Amino acid sequence: MEILSIRSLNKSYGSHVALKDFDLSVSKGKIFGLLGPNGAGKTTLIRIVNQIIDKDSGEIYINGQALKMDHVRNIGYLPEERGLYKGMKVKEQLLYFAQIKGLRKQDAKQKITNWLEKLNLSQWKDKKIQDLSKGMAQKVQFIATVIHRPDLLILDEPFSGFDPVNAEIIKNEILELRNQGVTIVLSTHRMESVELLCDEIAMINRSKKILDGTIQTIKEEAKTNVFRVKMIPDSMEYVPMGEELRRQDGMLEFKLELKDQKPNELLGMLMSKGEILGFEEIVPSIEEIFIQKINESHGE
Amino acid sequence: MANKIFLVIQREYLARVKKRSFLLATLITPLIFPTILGLFLWVGMSDTVGENRKVIEVVDENNSFFLESNELYSFSYSELGQEDAKLLVQEGLRFGFLYIPKLDIQNPKGIVFYSEETPPISMITNLEASLQSKMESLRLQASGIDPLLLSAFKTNVDIQSIIVSEAGGERISNSVVNYAIGFLAGILIYTFIFVYGNQVMQGVIEEKSSRIIEILVSSLKPFQLMMGKIIGIGAVGLTQFLIWILLIGLVSSLVMGYFGMKMPQQQMLEMSAQQGLFPADGNPEIVEILQMIQGLDFVQITLTFLIYFVGGYLLYGAFFAAIGAAVDSPSDAQQFMFPVTIPLLVAYMGLFIFVLDDPNSNVSFWLSIIPFTSPVAMMGRVSFGVPWHHLALSISLLVAGFLSTAWLAGKIYRIGILVHGSKVNYKVLWKWLKQN
Repeated sequence: MEILSIRSLNKSYGSHVALKDFDLSVSKGKIFGLLGPNGAGKTTLIRIVNQIIDKDSGEIYINGQALKMDHVRNIGYLPEERGLYKGMKVKEQLLYFAQIKGLRKQDAKQKITNWLEKLNLSQWKDKKIQDLSKGMAQKVQFIATVIHRPDLLILDEPFSGFDPVNAEIIKNEILELRNQGVTIVLSTHRMESVELLCDEIAMINRSKKILDGTIQTIKEEAKTNVFRVKMIPDSMEYVPMGEELRRQDGMLEFKLELKDQKPNELLGMLMSKGEILGFEEIVPSIEEIFIQKINESHGE
Repeated sequence: MANKIFLVIQREYLARVKKRSFLLATLITPLIFPTILGLFLWVGMSDTVGENRKVIEVVDENNSFFLESNELYSFSYSELGQEDAKLLVQEGLRFGFLYIPKLDIQNPKGIVFYSEETPPISMITNLEASLQSKMESLRLQASGIDPLLLSAFKTNVDIQSIIVSEAGGERISNSVVNYAIGFLAGILIYTFIFVYGNQVMQGVIEEKSSRIIEILVSSLKPFQLMMGKIIGIGAVGLTQFLIWILLIGLVSSLVMGYFGMKMPQQQMLEMSAQQGLFPADGNPEIVEILQMIQGLDFVQITLTFLIYFVGGYLLYGAFFAAIGAAVDSPSDAQQFMFPVTIPLLVAYMGLFIFVLDDPNSNVSFWLSIIPFTSPVAMMGRVSFGVPWHHLALSISLLVAGFLSTAWLAGKIYRIGILVHGSKVNYKVLWKWLKQN
């Protein structure tokens, strides 16, 4: 079941095309990574889904319904540029954000108490934001995003500005929300967090989607059939068939491309030549795939 | 939908009203007014005790101009020479020295006033008037007319202005009272628009620069946010204004009571309580003013004031919101203040130059009809009595004007709030307006 689906979305600012014939579908209960360099169109896409700016053309569906104003109740949004009212007390602020999302006052109050307790902020509830440390303010910001228990959580560069300790706390909260059935779309240009968190990704470059799928299938497709072999050959005269990487104290490390064989056949062949210390397939990281794809798309 | 605007209004209102600075400003501002009034009264009272009466030495070579001393000036006549009299002034014994040389009363020339400090204009005018009337009597006498006979013919004419309404009712009009009401109401509206419009602008800039704005507009429409802010801050202004009226009334009557003066309403009440009519021996001018105040349509004036107070604020508030959305900091806002300040300044100057002078002139009519100037200008007309169809036209245009400025401002606002760090000028604003 798709919680968010987008069909041939277009958006331009004057002569600048921000999104061109953009399609996207996000499955329920998954963490979906939106990758792309700065200026690729991620923020425009996110702002359109959040109904902050209007699309030029195309269709957007939330749970199968065409996007409308009532859907703000179902969406939680943490923009890249974020902040809070500095002079407002923590609980008043959270109450306000919950209410404009459509929560009733009593429900909102209960949820605020629970969240403040969960993130160890209870004794700060009557303090103004300006009296809080940056880390605490960031936690309040996160609560403000999820307080109305959205079905779809959209996080734009969620870890930027967070210190490592808080980033870890937030990461765990994101995973917990996913386990509760919340779908999370996170946009980032940092690849390291993507591989750890995301189930599915889409890559955007220059207003177009250049790749999407589950992390597994993307990596599967990006496989080069090249193996890294580490062995102590029986004879020092042994010359590997692939590119030699290292030779030290009788140990040899080299790359080997799989041709019309199965990995096991290759391994069997290697085992007859000496003692195998390591045999693994070289799989490019998401970052490498990303850079390769961008270069390909620029070459077009 | 409307519920969300209400939430914004509530937040804007409470965030300001709960601040300590609101309480301080609300309590201190109305105290300034009666304090100044009290100070003037105190200074004025010590002035009239007589010690400060200015003594003027008069040397009259004709021996025919005798000036009567009064509360403010006393005249001392002596046979002193010019130089000796000047010396008196220099030594500070006399405020000034009036020298009247031998005069040809057909063509009097050469009268001089010496003083150590620049004399008040009112004093010179007074002296001129006294001498002029003396000289006129002398000339009448010279041509054989008895001044006594002439004074017997002197008549005091006082025109009472009565406004006749279509319905046949009559009410007394007094331009001094009308002027005061128009002047005060006009200035109040002008100040209110600027002070609270500025707050709207500051509020928008705060939300923009602290980056709350994007979170907000993902929950409600930019137009709801803008209107909520404008209305919320307007409500703060109205609250403050109502508290002030109560406080000014209270403190002024305390101050007036201390100085033995009475508020006009109290006087009126007491007088009508005494006889049911105005006493014949009362000061005729005061009686006229009291009658005039009774003749005023307070309901109409108060209602009109509230309508233009709110309408004018809403009209300009939308502009201030748009300006706040277009800039990153208050210092950048200067360049866009032009379209707001100019029409307000025109209204303000128009109020003094045209409207209060002749409330029914063509210029006054147009100033009170055009929405950008009507909030200030109409208040200059309303106490003089404005035909209902003028009011209806002006108010409808004000509402239409407000709707269109809100619509225009909304277009700038929804784009401006998301633009950071780029240089925005009128050309860019125009581009935003053209986007759908």
